[in-house]
Amino acid sequence: MTTTLPVQPAKTATPAPAARMPSAFRLALARGRLELKSFFRTKGQFIVIFSLPAIMLILLGSMAGRTPGVPGVTGAQLMTAGMIGAGIMSTSFQNLGINIALERDDGTLKRLYGMPTPRIAYFGGKIIQVLVCMVAEVAILVTVGVLLFDVQLPGTLDRWVTFAWVLALGGVACTLLGIVASSLPKSSRGANAIITLPFLVLQFCSGVYFPFSNVPVLIQHVAALFPLKWITQGMRSVFLPEQAAAAEPAGAWEHPMIALVLAAWCVGGVLLAMKTFRWSRDA
Amino acid sequence: MYGDVAAVDGIDLDIARGEVFALLGPNGAGKTTTVEILEGHRRRDGGEVSVLGEDPGQAGRSWRARLGIVLQSATDAAELTVRETVHHYARYYPRPRDPDEVIELVGLTGKADARVRTLSGGQRRRVDVALGVVGRPDLVFLDEPTTGFDPEARRQFWKLISQLANEGTTILLTTHYLDEAEALARRVGVIAGGRIVAAGEPATLAGRAQAEATVSWCGPDGEHSVRTATPTRVVAELAGSFDGEIPELTVTRPTLEDIYLGLIGELP
Repeated sequence: MTTTLPVQPAKTATPAPAARMPSAFRLALARGRLELKSFFRTKGQFIVIFSLPAIMLILLGSMAGRTPGVPGVTGAQLMTAGMIGAGIMSTSFQNLGINIALERDDGTLKRLYGMPTPRIAYFGGKIIQVLVCMVAEVAILVTVGVLLFDVQLPGTLDRWVTFAWVLALGGVACTLLGIVASSLPKSSRGANAIITLPFLVLQFCSGVYFPFSNVPVLIQHVAALFPLKWITQGMRSVFLPEQAAAAEPAGAWEHPMIALVLAAWCVGGVLLAMKTFRWSRDA
Repeated sequence: MYGDVAAVDGIDLDIARGEVFALLGPNGAGKTTTVEILEGHRRRDGGEVSVLGEDPGQAGRSWRARLGIVLQSATDAAELTVRETVHHYARYYPRPRDPDEVIELVGLTGKADARVRTLSGGQRRRVDVALGVVGRPDLVFLDEPTTGFDPEARRQFWKLISQLANEGTTILLTTHYLDEAEALARRVGVIAGGRIVAAGEPATLAGRAQAEATVSWCGPDGEHSVRTATPTRVVAELAGSFDGEIPELTVTRPTLEDIYLGLIGELP
């Protein structure tokens, strides 16, 4: 097969003036703006993502009883910390995974691949969108917890620092896993089920809705392989009183372990995402 | 190769700068595969391909900036307006056209502030065309661009393509509408079974200009029809045997469609 398109012009060669390619960083910002615009205009998505966790926290939190064995901590407070962790994962892993799977089907990725798009512009835009949604989601859940369930905002710099690194490491790990998960569904129709179902199961195994110490030990071990258990544990260490650490399986907050597992998922996530990401379904 | 069957095998063609070239062929003939290889969307397992002087499998961002690809079934950008979409994608290119002029060019000025989701099918395709040309490409790929257009939208679209071609843009078009190829393309290539079976100007493709003509008329004893290589002589003889006008006289040569169907083996 020899295909030449178009052949070198004989005389009329007018090489285009060497115009500079647009900066990848600026394109990433432009894509971030575009992603947010699209996101906030999709009303259904917007409502489900932001109001559903808040409503669930209000309802489930009101029904939660006292946590066994931890004086001074209510089930609702435990659940607030758990759902903040789940909120971090839903805005990154779940939404991003489904969103990219949809974009692989609707032509967005094909279009971007056919254009002079730096990869960093696409992923940079996604990160901006995920970050904004994650911070908004966490803020809503914290507000509900503080107003309704007497959750205390972190009182020391130490706790704020923990909050920041758990959010950052957990968010990055789950974002990368979302990119990986986006390649699993065969079509956009299956995306919701394939990505949401394991996430839902993981939430129950990781002690989002009830104390992790109530989870059967075998399932505790499985949950400990995934990031969500460690994110919720980190958030408990930020929002619950110090004595609540006694209710953890290890009897402590295990900050170094949280950092280690989440960092490992970040590294593994990068490798998996680079290996699995495809601009099109058939390539 | 895809599976055991080579989707395309033996495509030899050169397309010159500023030319409008149409690739014709039945569904499954390898048109889209060929175009996707040229666009760099698909890997090939052999042969030599050079597009704008570079191998599409290896070329980078500055090569892409000189291409315009018009997608054929995209439904992206649904919640953005036409204006936002065209302005956004113009930013990817070093020397873009003025986005508002491009919107005007594709006839969507009246819809510039409408969400893309609310457009009709034809209008939606014109957004794809706008995004395909906003980067001021040297070469535009149009893969079955007017499928699903109403006749008026097709005419408008043809005008737009001619205009781009007049500005010196090279256009590679695939279509299965023969009239579209004839109206737009300076040269056409017919692809069947993954091979180019004929290439040339629409008027002379596969000996069309030299092919036998059919002379038909209505004589006293009914309708007659003669296939001949010398229609002028036949008509002159007929003129001698009739007093004045020859009733219902027509002289026809095969249409592009006849030639095409013959080439892809659907006519004896």
